[in-house]
Amino acid sequence: MKVKVGAFLGGLVFGIGLVISGMTQPAKIVGFFDFFGSWDPSLAFVMLGATAVYTPVYRWAVRTWQRPIWAPAFSLPTRKDIDWRLISGSAVFGVGWGLGGYCPGPAFTSLGAGSREAFTFGAAMLVGVGAYQLFMKAREGRTGGPVDPQAAAMIDG
Amino acid sequence: MALMESFTPIASTLGGVLIGIAAAGLLMFHGRIAGISGIAGGIFRREPGDISWRVMFLVGLFAAGVVWSYFRPLDYAFEIERSTLALVIAGLAVGIGTQLGSGCTSGHGVCGIGRLSKRSTVATITFMATAAATVFVVNEVLGGAI
Repeated sequence: MKVKVGAFLGGLVFGIGLVISGMTQPAKIVGFFDFFGSWDPSLAFVMLGATAVYTPVYRWAVRTWQRPIWAPAFSLPTRKDIDWRLISGSAVFGVGWGLGGYCPGPAFTSLGAGSREAFTFGAAMLVGVGAYQLFMKAREGRTGGPVDPQAAAMIDG
Repeated sequence: MALMESFTPIASTLGGVLIGIAAAGLLMFHGRIAGISGIAGGIFRREPGDISWRVMFLVGLFAAGVVWSYFRPLDYAFEIERSTLALVIAGLAVGIGTQLGSGCTSGHGVCGIGRLSKRSTVATITFMATAAATVFVVNEVLGGAI
């Protein structure tokens, strides 16, 4: 129960952070990448604010704690190699981000706000996420194990 | 290059700090990386015991939109010109791209860079570059609407 409530609160605070920072307004995302028009650097400040908090907490917790407070172990990415999936997937994601002005977090939060555009974008996004995962799972079923064990087990984020 | 009137350094930094606190909390209490695309993708994999926290985190994100829009509906304004087809293609690209590249702005951009991960840094530079190229084409070649 506490794990579920904790996860809910985490999502809630994350979502409020997204709204306050302006990331639920696609014009601010497009504005950040619009170097030849009227540039809006806000996105860089969001990432600076977030990493300024996250980086020291991560180093402290992962180095000095035996385990997280409510879980038996940390579930952290282990891969170090740069592969074609990472590059091509990120490239495709960037095209969608620039085109729609939403990344996954703001899409969920704007969906809650009743945005019609976020609904259209979000529905297509979930179809993409679901289709990819179900396709990979089916492939793993046929081959009797993860096609790419590390990719299946350890998602970066 | 003119600076936009809507530039919000203070609000964006404060919002970023809240995002950092939420991500740090998910790490400290649950031992998990706060990557939205990874959290969503895991739901479809249906591993026993690994679904409810993911659903609850996404419900929290959704609830933030429900609550906040009641007070400040304009914080969700969609002020760019995009057709339904463009939004559908964009959503599919974000859905498939984040799963193939195993992360999005939160997982790679915030948590991954925060972990000083080389993979996440390369991923972030890649999606920033293709987003910028896409915005250049839409704004400078197509006149801002697609």
